[in-house]
Amino acid sequence: MSATDYGWLVLAFPLVGMLINSFGWRVLPGRLPGWIASAAIGLAFLAAIGALVQMQDLPADQRSLVDSAWTYAATAGVRIDMAILVDPLSVFMCLVVSGVSFLIHIYSVAYMGGDRGYARYFAYLNYFVFSMLLLVLAANFVILIIGWAFVGAASYLLISFWYRRGTATYAGIKAFVMNVIGDVGLVIAAFLLLNETETLNFGPMFDAAGEAFPTDDGTLVAACLLILVGAFAKSAQLPLHTWLPDAMEGPTPVSALIHAATMVTAGVYLIARMHPLFELAPTAADISAIIGALTLFFAATVALVVTDLKRIIAYSTISQIGYMVLGVSVAAYGAGLFHLMTHAFFKALLFMGAGSVIGAMAGIQDVDRMGGFRRAMPFTFVTFTVGALALAAFPITSGFFSKDEILAFTINRGGGFWVLAIAGYIAAALTAFYAFRMVFRVFYGEPVPEARELEEGHLAHHDPANPMTGEAEDTDVGFPGPGHYIAERSWPMKAAMGPLALLALLAGLVQIPGVSDVIENFLEPTFEDSRFHDTAPTEGSELFGLGAGGLISIGAIAVAFTLYLRRPGTTDRLRERFAAVHTFLAHKWYFDELYDAVFVRPAATAGSFGRRVVETDFVQGFVVGGATGIVRAGTSFARAIQTGYLRAYALLLLLGLAGLALYFLIASS
Amino acid sequence: MDIVWFVVLSAFIFCIGAAGVIVRRDPLVILLCLELMLNGGNLALIAFARMHGSEAGQVFALIVMVIAACEVVIGLGLIVAMYRNRLRIDVDEMTELRG
Repeated sequence: MSATDYGWLVLAFPLVGMLINSFGWRVLPGRLPGWIASAAIGLAFLAAIGALVQMQDLPADQRSLVDSAWTYAATAGVRIDMAILVDPLSVFMCLVVSGVSFLIHIYSVAYMGGDRGYARYFAYLNYFVFSMLLLVLAANFVILIIGWAFVGAASYLLISFWYRRGTATYAGIKAFVMNVIGDVGLVIAAFLLLNETETLNFGPMFDAAGEAFPTDDGTLVAACLLILVGAFAKSAQLPLHTWLPDAMEGPTPVSALIHAATMVTAGVYLIARMHPLFELAPTAADISAIIGALTLFFAATVALVVTDLKRIIAYSTISQIGYMVLGVSVAAYGAGLFHLMTHAFFKALLFMGAGSVIGAMAGIQDVDRMGGFRRAMPFTFVTFTVGALALAAFPITSGFFSKDEILAFTINRGGGFWVLAIAGYIAAALTAFYAFRMVFRVFYGEPVPEARELEEGHLAHHDPANPMTGEAEDTDVGFPGPGHYIAERSWPMKAAMGPLALLALLAGLVQIPGVSDVIENFLEPTFEDSRFHDTAPTEGSELFGLGAGGLISIGAIAVAFTLYLRRPGTTDRLRERFAAVHTFLAHKWYFDELYDAVFVRPAATAGSFGRRVVETDFVQGFVVGGATGIVRAGTSFARAIQTGYLRAYALLLLLGLAGLALYFLIASS
Repeated sequence: MDIVWFVVLSAFIFCIGAAGVIVRRDPLVILLCLELMLNGGNLALIAFARMHGSEAGQVFALIVMVIAACEVVIGLGLIVAMYRNRLRIDVDEMTELRG
């Protein structure tokens, strides 16, 4: 089998898994739907490995394979194939997506065990992975946009999975609307590019773009900026990030799936895939880099003050995606994608650990109410700490190598990029601080009642309540299920977290400056046409960057240790001292309020004006009322004839008949 | 015999029927009068058929009889239904179709 055949299999397995669970949910017993879905993703992962093996056998310059299954549409001189593109970049993404998703599926088998919507959940989950794989394997813009929109729809379904929760359905709508803004940008960008290059297939389009556009051509910059709108909406970058923290309303494994391995990395993938266009439009690439840097700094500051455990990790995701966007925008493609991979590992791990802790807290997500879980949950403690170390870029962990490589590339570009790199280093310190803020507040300190209960051997139970609003919830319909699951007691959760912890710890070793270069070499064929191909930072500067990054990380962890463990209470004093700053950060820089004032309120005002004046007075009163009035007046005569008396009708008939007869008599004589 | 006699007789029967339909209030009688009108028409059809020496008119007369039978079935059925529902057997009472 060729690499493209394996590529089709990668798509086929999640699709089949989804169909089995969608149609068989009534008859599939117990946890079988979960295992079917996991097996589907596991097979997709194996198929991705098959594609990898097949592709490595090919010479480096032939590793970009396009295979078309059928003609999707042929119209107006454009032929669009249902085609997949198998090249190092897409295979890399397939491996990361299917691999991490597989572990998340395994975790979900146990974590979602008490939920009534068990099969529905796994059907959605498979659909999501299928959409994501379709997105990364697409060989032209149309298939890419289809996958793009599927991912948006799947995220809506998963975020609103507990549809009896008002906040969850609201969050789902918010995510969907934000994503559609991105979809529109992407579609318009595709139109602009089609107009100039007359093709939608990636390879020919990138070739034609070099001739069709001079460097920094206005149309191309516009197209690239529109692509960025799509990428930023999916990847939750400023100013389209507000959906991601709210998306924490979904089940915790969904957060791990959407915010670790898949959806949010789609934007990074898109920029990397479109790199020939962005290199022709440096203005757009620079804007992208600036926004990435702004986002990573903004999100890191917000993560310092948020108290909802999942939302801390969510802001951390926005921040880390900012690093990746910065990386791929300064042409550090290998570094950006390397960080995408390591982030997928440690972020999925952090979410899984958070899920385990939330299980032990019986659904409570507020870190203010957590503490002292270290002895009660040793496995979760160790794995969560590994994830936090990787997030903090502690030396030798995976995040250490990937994050610093991005910053080393950024510095290497010189000029104004220095500022972005400095923002990156400041945010790195903040990241290490908030990562260990989570660890110290959740696992250290005085054990809370739930932790004591667990130490005595049984799991805490509270009346089910919405963690955001505190409203009581009806678990009888299974949203969310009445059961709680922690990693210590569910082997599938352990089986998922163990490998991820190893990967989060060790995956960085595949790419150490001066020692190994696996990712960079593997992706080489995709990015060798890059004009920044030969401008990698020197080994010395990379090692210097690593040293600086390591020191920053250790220093920030030490600060967190001092503030939270050595001198507890310091943070409260700091909060009082800098109350204005704290309020500003706790309101997430007032983005939601700003959008509310700029978009939501005017729209609501216009809507209510339309309902009161346009609809009631104009449409109902004038247009509809006028038309019915005319008809009513014009038919008063006809209505008068309708007496209801049979005799009258018969008389009319006869008169008509007599009239006709008279007419014919006169006419014939 | 001159065709005129037949046509005049047919017209008389038709007009008697029509007058009955218009002035009577008992649906049974109205049905009877309808039959008179139809038979007036039939008579004219057969008379003209004989005058032209073709069978088409007779065929039409047969069809009209069949239709008349059907109409009586439905009409009587309606009257029985009215009776069963204890409605007054009077067409002037049934004026719900008034516009």
